[in-house]
Amino acid sequence: MKTAEQQDTAIHEIKKRSMTGEVLSRLVRNKGAVIGFIIILIVVVACVLAPVIAPYHYDDQDISRKFLEPCADFIMGTDNLGRDIFSRLLYGGRISLQVGFIATGISALFGITLGAISGYYGGKIDNVIMRVLDIFMAIPNLLLAIAISASLGTGIASAMIAVGVSSIPQFARIVRGPILSVKGQEYIEAATAIDASDMRIIFRHLLPNVLSPIIVQITLGVANSIIAAASLSFLGLGVQPPQPEWGAMLSASRVYIVDHSYMVTFPGLAIALLVISLNLFGDGLRDAMDPRLKD
Amino acid sequence: MAPLLEVKNLQKYFKVPAGFLHAVDGVSFQIEEGQTLGVVGESGCGKSTLGRVVLHLLDNTGGQILYKGEDITKVDHHKLSQLRREMQIIFQDPFSSLNPRMTVYQTIAEPMQIMGGYRKEDLQNRVMALMDTVGLARRFVNTYPHELDGGRRQRIGIARALALNPRFIVCDEPVSALDVSIQAQVLNLMLDIQEQMGLTYIFITHDLSVVKYISNHIMVMYLGQMVEMAPSDELFARPLHPYTQALLSAVPVPDIDHKKERIILKGELTSPINPKPGCRFAARCQYATEECFKQEPELRQVGENHTVKCHKVQA
Amino acid sequence: MSDTILSIKDLSIQYVSREIGTCRAVNNVSLDIQKGENLGLVGETGAGKTTIALGILRLTPKPQGRVTSGTVEFWGEDLYKKSEAEMRKIRGEKISMIFQDPMTALNPIDPVGDQISEMIWLHEKITKKEAAAKAANMLEMVGIPAARYKEYPHQFSGGMKQRVVIAMALACSPELLIADEPTTALDVTIQAQVLDMMNGLKKELGTSLLLITHDLGVVAEMCDKVAIIYAGEIVEVGTTRHIFKDTRHPYTKGLFGSLPDMNSHSKRLKPIHGLMPDPANLPQGCKFAPRCEFCTERCTKQEQELTAVSPDGHLVRCWRAVEEEGGV
Repeated sequence: MKTAEQQDTAIHEIKKRSMTGEVLSRLVRNKGAVIGFIIILIVVVACVLAPVIAPYHYDDQDISRKFLEPCADFIMGTDNLGRDIFSRLLYGGRISLQVGFIATGISALFGITLGAISGYYGGKIDNVIMRVLDIFMAIPNLLLAIAISASLGTGIASAMIAVGVSSIPQFARIVRGPILSVKGQEYIEAATAIDASDMRIIFRHLLPNVLSPIIVQITLGVANSIIAAASLSFLGLGVQPPQPEWGAMLSASRVYIVDHSYMVTFPGLAIALLVISLNLFGDGLRDAMDPRLKD
Repeated sequence: MAPLLEVKNLQKYFKVPAGFLHAVDGVSFQIEEGQTLGVVGESGCGKSTLGRVVLHLLDNTGGQILYKGEDITKVDHHKLSQLRREMQIIFQDPFSSLNPRMTVYQTIAEPMQIMGGYRKEDLQNRVMALMDTVGLARRFVNTYPHELDGGRRQRIGIARALALNPRFIVCDEPVSALDVSIQAQVLNLMLDIQEQMGLTYIFITHDLSVVKYISNHIMVMYLGQMVEMAPSDELFARPLHPYTQALLSAVPVPDIDHKKERIILKGELTSPINPKPGCRFAARCQYATEECFKQEPELRQVGENHTVKCHKVQA
Repeated sequence: MSDTILSIKDLSIQYVSREIGTCRAVNNVSLDIQKGENLGLVGETGAGKTTIALGILRLTPKPQGRVTSGTVEFWGEDLYKKSEAEMRKIRGEKISMIFQDPMTALNPIDPVGDQISEMIWLHEKITKKEAAAKAANMLEMVGIPAARYKEYPHQFSGGMKQRVVIAMALACSPELLIADEPTTALDVTIQAQVLDMMNGLKKELGTSLLLITHDLGVVAEMCDKVAIIYAGEIVEVGTTRHIFKDTRHPYTKGLFGSLPDMNSHSKRLKPIHGLMPDPANLPQGCKFAPRCEFCTERCTKQEQELTAVSPDGHLVRCWRAVEEEGGV
């Protein structure tokens, strides 16, 4: 059959159309994503440059100037020990961001892998993995984190591992469901028929098609990890005072919420701002990576 | 000539909570090289499962599949890779059979990338050549499936199946999701490539007019069993099994002067889970007698290449 | 004409969306259905068949869908001038619709009998008990034992569900039934059962039928009149005999050429080349011109009106068909 289409014999350049360029150009056109990205960038840069920007050291105490309302010298006021809240936020951000991203990275890495393996192979493997994860899920997250953290000793590293490990089951669950439904699609059978290896099917055909829930879970996970890490330090595990950390600042100042509400407000705002901008960016990224959503 | 593919007493049961679902139950056939075997039946009769078992996408429960005279039901990984180059599949749904996140190029090139041994340039030329073969304009090489219509998407699926120069293709309802005018284009394409490349097809469909058009032999399936098999023209001229007769009479013919006696079957398909002994069609059959409910009929030869599974048909 | 139950005049429906612009789904369609008549509306995916059906019932999806011109008259009364309350009474009571997928019409958590009786009870002034008795009757009528009254939709097979939907649609003895691909999702032997049953019920109840389908075989068995629709326009309309035996429009001919014929031994099909135009970007002139083997310069510039080619209501929208084969 000769159709008009067949006369098209020009050599067309094969473009690497997958990720990179196209995703970026679509991301740039998404206002929410751009705003989110800019805020994240500002927060990250500010925290990295904390020693340069911060007007005081985070542990610079002076009881004579405690509980100062925000003013020209202390733009966010001072706390119960007379420390500058703004400086503490900047230094604290370094820890909080690290904990948030690294802990989420740990849980995403293991959670996604376990969920994908579980969903793809099914049967006994699925049963074993999911039942083990169910046991972990049955233990309250914080309790699990405390247990891990207690056995690893105090410190940021163990806090990150503790928080990361305790949210692996959520990731695994969130990945496994969509994997099960994508697995039934005919293109997975087609991949088997062209002799694609299991790893190729999982990483090339299954995971790219379940990205949306993963990205959403990651953006939420960062926020959850910051809070969870704060709870740990509140209990004396994880980050140790006087090292500042957003969650710890928030919980330490809650006693003063009635008389000195600004002490709670600023760390709270910092966490909220980061979470919102992460969500904005995550949503934009999810849309940009889906070739079906055309501009 | 020895048949390219021979299937002997093939069985595929699925374990379900209520027992075993007999999806394919004792099917036997042969296909000569370059021929097309049409498999017709209604939804749930096991025709798609049959195609997948033959291709080793599902393991069989019993029976033999001989490809070039060699039993392929128990082969090692290396041999399976080789078989997959020669045996391919084209799917029904042009939407779910393509990975939405891969471009036309990536989809068609993937089988060759997996096999390896292609230089980048050769790979690109080969993809372009395949697109020409299936009548897909080269300008679509960088598009995603969702940007194309059903007919073009189906051509991508065909190109992917042809990429490794297979000898045998299972076509699972390849045109039933397409509009009639597009369906005709794709059917013609499939006949063209069969002629050019000497392909052997198993063509699975529920559409009797399509199956007659494309097949040399036709096998009619009912609840996992083959009830009748004959050369295409013979089956349409002389259907013997009561189910085949009802099936043929039920097809609406686009001709207002075509008056025919229509056999309206009573009832619906019975469950293929733990089927009762006896003929599986008996409950809906107007000729059924006590014997039919008690004893399962044998497949019998009733003419040259014409077999039927019914107590009531005389040889 | 006193026997005209439904008259669509010059109906145009557009879908507007920011991404793809204005989609001209239905363009100046006019159709009449007489009492007791079966009209087949035949076209391919995206031709605008379902949009017409929804337009008749004033169910065009809002806000993206817009009826830009035309009237729909039911027994001479313009449906587009009715209030929403009057429309609700007409839907179901006077005009019913059956969809391709029966599950869209059935509530999965209610027994099927209750769903039918509720429908009757809502539209007729009778007690719930009488409505239930009538619903049981309707079930028997479509070949489902009344004993299954209390069963839920998931307990029925696809063909049975579609029958329940038909029972529901016919429960209030509507004067017009709009069936959108009612048997496409069914197997042929089940399709034969359902079509057979619909034919019987129609005779019994005197209902008129607008049958939307892509299957010319179903049309040949069910319909008195046929309208062929392409890219939102009617390209040929006439009695079933006109369309099947005196085919004029190249698109209609192409449709027949695309069908494998069970009774012949043709080696190759004669498909229509190319694809249906994008309704957001329709060509100037005849919409079929880009795919037509007889296309001339005039076809690409100006479109023929639907023109009679026989005195008894065979209309075609094609320059060549009207001129070379003689108009009236």
